[in-house]
Amino acid sequence: MDFRIFFSPVPTGETTYLGWLLVGLRNTVALSLAAWVLALALGTVLGILRTVPGRGLRAFAGAYVEIFRNVPLLAQLFIWYFVVPEIVPGGHRFKQIDPFAQQFLASAACLGLFTAARVCEQVRAGIESLPRGQKNAALALGLTLPQTYRYVLLPMAARLIVPPLTSETLNVFKNSAVCSTIGLLELTAQGRQLVDYTAHAYESFLAVTVLYLVVNAAIQLLMRAVESRARVPGYLGSRK
Amino acid sequence: MYELDWSSIPGALPFLWQGMKVSLAITAVAVVAGIAWGTVLAVMRLSPARPVSLFAAAYVSLFRSVPLVMVLLWFFLIVPSLLRDVLGLSHATDLRLASAMVAFALFEAAYYSEIMRAGIQSVSKGQRSAALALGMTPLQAMWHVVLPQAFRNMVPLLLTQAIILFQDTSLVYVSALADFFGAAVYVSALADFFGAAYKVGDRDGRLVEMLLFAGAAYFVLCCTASWAVRLLRRRVLA
Repeated sequence: MDFRIFFSPVPTGETTYLGWLLVGLRNTVALSLAAWVLALALGTVLGILRTVPGRGLRAFAGAYVEIFRNVPLLAQLFIWYFVVPEIVPGGHRFKQIDPFAQQFLASAACLGLFTAARVCEQVRAGIESLPRGQKNAALALGLTLPQTYRYVLLPMAARLIVPPLTSETLNVFKNSAVCSTIGLLELTAQGRQLVDYTAHAYESFLAVTVLYLVVNAAIQLLMRAVESRARVPGYLGSRK
Repeated sequence: MYELDWSSIPGALPFLWQGMKVSLAITAVAVVAGIAWGTVLAVMRLSPARPVSLFAAAYVSLFRSVPLVMVLLWFFLIVPSLLRDVLGLSHATDLRLASAMVAFALFEAAYYSEIMRAGIQSVSKGQRSAALALGMTPLQAMWHVVLPQAFRNMVPLLLTQAIILFQDTSLVYVSALADFFGAAVYVSALADFFGAAYKVGDRDGRLVEMLLFAGAAYFVLCCTASWAVRLLRRRVLA
């Protein structure tokens, strides 16, 4: 073990090996954030569709969840990166942009749409866990269905599903490591590149693992703060 | 516009089946070993002895905090050299399948242990008290009374986790990137179903069709399996 390796300059000389890892960490965090925003937005819409009276809409959201949950993330990633630009009209323009942008966009789309299926199920569970009387009371008061969702169901459901969303946040972050397989230079890929250049495999992997653990702990702390603010007084899980 | 051409798929099926056998073998080993070790971890986690429960808690939270890709890379790095030293194998021996099995078993054990812990806690306290009152030791009460019921309650969840595990085995693809010591004895990735599909598609210049085919195959398999688990759950609950 020789941890001084992190402070020696990389072959191109512009930074140290530690600098490489930090660039990787930055890309990992940026990718996770982009994917998480997409997943939250799309997942919420799909989750609502899963609970509306319209059969067609419910079936559409249900099919989305089945497809994205039953194909491995790696296969989905390769399809976004290698297949979609080939078969979608105008895909050749995608292949002309900067390679990093290609990898980042494919990764963010893949992770975001994959996680949206899981967020969708949490949103649906949150809405379905509310007593039916809430919806009926809102409708009886003369609220339209969109108003019922906007003012009655969603504000409650949003607060109830914060704890399961914590684990989805952690999942997005951990799943981003899969994107190293298409060459995106996120944290895992930078760790491997460091091994290629220095042959210090143990030091490199240890550093990368510790960085994952640190960010993981930070996300947990952050989400715990969100959870305690979102907790609904008098509801299950708010006993403390 | 790209012209889809599926003609290379029938010829590739025997090779893909070889890959599927690798995927299924890793899944089977990891499910069995993962549930066994996960159950031990769950029992340790609930033990009154503090060091024991701390160890189990630390193990579970460590494996649940690190990406699977990273865990696999660690195991592809450590296990081959360890096994070679212990068993005196030559450098040409391909130990990546063994490494993958060990990695998945130890990784999934962390997830299985959380399921089993919930299962153990779902068994009513009176069961354990009654067993103790009959003169069983705590471990006997756990083994003969609590665990069988916990296991039965958790079968649907354990199987759902197995489906996720089957999908995750595609990540052995990273073994292609894990040639750490430049030994170059591994010409290509450990070919599970996904790896085989990628390899054939790349060779024939038909990557698009192969990836779509692989995705569809996973979809059909996993959907069927999830549907079977749902049926089973209804029967268990009934």
